[in-house]
Amino acid sequence: MSILVFIEHRDCNLNKTSLEAITAAQSIGKDLGLGVTAVIPCDKDCGLAQEIATYAVDRVIVAKNDKLGTYTPDAYADAWEQVIKSTNPQYIVMAHTYQVRDFAPKVAARFRREVVGDCIRYQNDGGKLVLTRRIFLGKLDADVSLQGDAPYFVTFQSGAFRGDNAEKGSAAVETMEVTVGDVRMTPEAPFQEAKASVDLTKSEIIVAIGRGIKSQENIAVAQQLADALGADLAASRPICDSDWLPIDRQIGSSGQTVAPKVYIALGISGAIQHIVGMKNSGTIIAVNKDAEAPIFDIADYGIVGDLFEVVPVMVEEIKKAQG
Amino acid sequence: MKQVANKDAVLRILSDEKWINEADVALQTNESDGYALEEALRTVEAKGEGEVVVCTLGPQSAKSVIKDALARGAHRAIHIVVEDSKTLSSYQIASTIADAIREEKPDLVFAGLQSDDASYGQTGVILAELLGIPSATIVIEVDRESLGDTLRVKRELESGWYQWFTYRLPALLTIQSGISQIRYASLKGIMSAKSKPVAEITPTVEPFPSAPQIDKVYMPLKTKQTQMLGNGDAKAGAVELVEKLRSEVRVI
Repeated sequence: MSILVFIEHRDCNLNKTSLEAITAAQSIGKDLGLGVTAVIPCDKDCGLAQEIATYAVDRVIVAKNDKLGTYTPDAYADAWEQVIKSTNPQYIVMAHTYQVRDFAPKVAARFRREVVGDCIRYQNDGGKLVLTRRIFLGKLDADVSLQGDAPYFVTFQSGAFRGDNAEKGSAAVETMEVTVGDVRMTPEAPFQEAKASVDLTKSEIIVAIGRGIKSQENIAVAQQLADALGADLAASRPICDSDWLPIDRQIGSSGQTVAPKVYIALGISGAIQHIVGMKNSGTIIAVNKDAEAPIFDIADYGIVGDLFEVVPVMVEEIKKAQG
Repeated sequence: MKQVANKDAVLRILSDEKWINEADVALQTNESDGYALEEALRTVEAKGEGEVVVCTLGPQSAKSVIKDALARGAHRAIHIVVEDSKTLSSYQIASTIADAIREEKPDLVFAGLQSDDASYGQTGVILAELLGIPSATIVIEVDRESLGDTLRVKRELESGWYQWFTYRLPALLTIQSGISQIRYASLKGIMSAKSKPVAEITPTVEPFPSAPQIDKVYMPLKTKQTQMLGNGDAKAGAVELVEKLRSEVRVI
């Protein structure tokens, strides 16, 4: 019995969250006494296989087929179905990436299973896993226990495990020729919308705005604070969706991931999709009218109040302090 | 389309700690489902023919989701009535919907990318698999001009990357929130919604032994000790905060 862990890549370039998945699988494997097998779908003898073989896993399987060059959900689901049928694993562990969200439930459904997705941690309850997930947009946590028979499909949120904690070792690489049936979608080449003109990953201080800013005109209020602190302005998704700020200012799973010295969140409630993009910031400051906003759970300093009252006073006080 | 707790609602956990008390919470249409409806309406409008059938699974209260969708322009509705729908797992919901809509033989199925309550984000994908049609998730643009036997859609990848795919139809798309401006219901739309057909189905939901079980719902454990400043006085909080930025964080 084993744990399969999915290695995600584009043209044999590793998606680093797969290392987090390896760490998670290794940890679960130790707790439950299961070996870990890494699985890489690819159209060739994947250039990544040797790199993954330097981790403490039992073996690395390259699931190989000509149709596995560029990702499609149909080809990936076919490949995974066969790997699971021939290895008969107890668990399938993946990082909760956009690609995994696209194909993992499809694979699970073929086994009459579903995915317990976007988990943030697990506990071992007498040999079975209890997984913790964020629900209601991060406002609550739920402990969820797996039911029925294996296989169990589990995905972990980005950052739930540390990729650099993945244990090193050495593994044999095997190739498993898989068959892929009808692929009903044709992919074009992935692209970046516009070259990010603002690289927020280099910012020391970020002032970020969310729905609480209410209108595009009000962004000037936040800009004054950013100017006073020498900070860069950023935003959560709804602001960029409304075109109030360009997309290169967006922080979160579909935008940039940042870790500045100071992150000031104004009127941002703290949905998971935003938090994954900024939770590693040095000092997090949250200003929000809603005392129960999840952003306060990860904040070092919080003010419950109207940002339009707080920010002008801050600007004034900063100017005083700077003389 | 799914009915969920309002985004800004204060959530109270039930005494059995298995879910929230939905009886005292304002309910609304799941956010991304609203965008899915908008994409469906625009697609039929661009094609100049066809109809949009809105489908919801939930208790009688979910009728408000249907009424709203019909007022915005959907042509008719299917309400799969399940009073305790919150106890169903994603697979059960998907297979119940699949049974209810299979005979409709839709050319396209639009769904939100995930619910704002349980947030598994898999009902759409499982539904597609059970209907035997391909699926695309996290779609942020539909190239309506390409619509024929195939449809070209833009998927969001991570970190600012995107990718176009051309799908053979029928297909299911899960739609990202915020990709368009959702229309308001016109007065005429609201009036005409009253005469649009709503089919009610009372299904037999198959037991599903692999449904994950919620053991406990609770407030997230705090990973940080948060210092709350101002004690309810926003302006005093601002003064204290700047002092912290100067003396402790040392960025001023």
